[in-house]
Amino acid sequence: MLRSPAPTLYPMLSNFFSYIVQGTAITIGVTLVALPFGLLLGLLMALVHTYGGKIPNRLAAIYSLLLRGVPPIVLLFILYFILSGKVINLTPFWAGSLSLGIVSSAYQMEILRGALLAVGGGQMTAARAIGMSRLQAIQTIVLPQALRLAIPPWSNEASIVLKDSSLVYALGVPEILRRAQQLSATTQQPFLAYGIAALIYFVLVFATNRALDYLSERTKLPTHP
Amino acid sequence: MTNPILETRNLTKIYGQNVIFKDINLKVNEGETIVIIGPSGTGKSTLLRCINLLTSNDGGQVFLDDKEITAKGHNADEVRQQIGMVFQNFLLFNHLTALDNVMIGLTKVKKMPKDKAKEKAMEELNRVGLADRADHYPGQLSGGQQQRVAIARALAMDPRVMLFDEPTSALDPELIGEVLGVMAKLAKDRMTMLVVTHEMGFAREVADRIVFMEKGSIVEEGSPDDLFYHPKHDRTREFLWKITELYGKKEKEKGAVE
Repeated sequence: MLRSPAPTLYPMLSNFFSYIVQGTAITIGVTLVALPFGLLLGLLMALVHTYGGKIPNRLAAIYSLLLRGVPPIVLLFILYFILSGKVINLTPFWAGSLSLGIVSSAYQMEILRGALLAVGGGQMTAARAIGMSRLQAIQTIVLPQALRLAIPPWSNEASIVLKDSSLVYALGVPEILRRAQQLSATTQQPFLAYGIAALIYFVLVFATNRALDYLSERTKLPTHP
Repeated sequence: MTNPILETRNLTKIYGQNVIFKDINLKVNEGETIVIIGPSGTGKSTLLRCINLLTSNDGGQVFLDDKEITAKGHNADEVRQQIGMVFQNFLLFNHLTALDNVMIGLTKVKKMPKDKAKEKAMEELNRVGLADRADHYPGQLSGGQQQRVAIARALAMDPRVMLFDEPTSALDPELIGEVLGVMAKLAKDRMTMLVVTHEMGFAREVADRIVFMEKGSIVEEGSPDDLFYHPKHDRTREFLWKITELYGKKEKEKGAVE
């Protein structure tokens, strides 16, 4: 249909771009719901796994094992049909974002669990020795150190969630990939449509990682000068 | 004679089949410095942990100011506020400055207002000679300085008793003196102290009483002179002889602890 693309390329590019960019807000929205939700849930499970005692520990381990053992897209469909079903009836955006958050919580749990272990039992002992309760010790001594340690691996998970937010396209949420696919289908320009989508994803992931690197650098504890 | 400030009666700790220590009877009077010596693995450190309830015991009792702190339902967090502990590997809170390390127990546990806590924390840092390092993080301090901050952190809680678990074992020989110096000063100020250490110079110069422990029980206890010059048991003599020979040279160089 486009015999001579040159005269029409630039207006088309900008049309494509502005159409796909509208999905960017939704992609960012999905990520901004899924990541913090997954962080809260993951943190809770990591604490339960580390400090919860025998049975809660086992339950948290099973939670992690099951969620990490199934492809995210499969889980997404299962969770989606629960969250947008008869009992709980959420919009595709919310059902998709929360489902993605649940999937991510298992990975974030493992990141935080490793960080809690890396802080070590000594810090807990020292905190208890000055009369802190377990909860106080976790809040004021262990977590501030564990969260610092968790930033670099968490940055990795953040970029995975950002990219996996494209999976909610399968639920009909009009984010970047969904819009790119629509364009590709209507204009027969798959390379251009998906290329622009890829570019936007890349910029988003790059910016996220840079921001978290900066955070990691800012919160680093000083050592010998 | 007044009652002891801290007392253990038949205190026993068992891990599975392993008896760590058994029937330990120890009395610590107000203002006294007691040094516990003995070979590694005789349960000295575990004894200290049992006394401030960081580890549960398997028999016997611990009394602090005539109250049984090992009794069921006794608030362990409150007990630990009154018993200061200094660890072999310092265990400063790595994300906090020296000042905040000393302050955090005051603000979070004792709920002291910030300005008052800061004042008190600075006093304690001054006491260990580190007021000028208040804003340094543990990573910026030497081992000796870290241990002195750890002592200040414990002192800030105004404990009835201070427990020291091999406070100088992880230090470079050059840094041991500054920590022992702080401890000797505390002893002189009549702080009640229970010290597990291999520093025989310190034991001889500072201790009011030395307790020799081996294989989970107290072999002998008495004044430094009694243990060093007139030990009742051969095993005490043998241990002291070996360890003084090992550390003797170093102590001579240091000129011991005043």
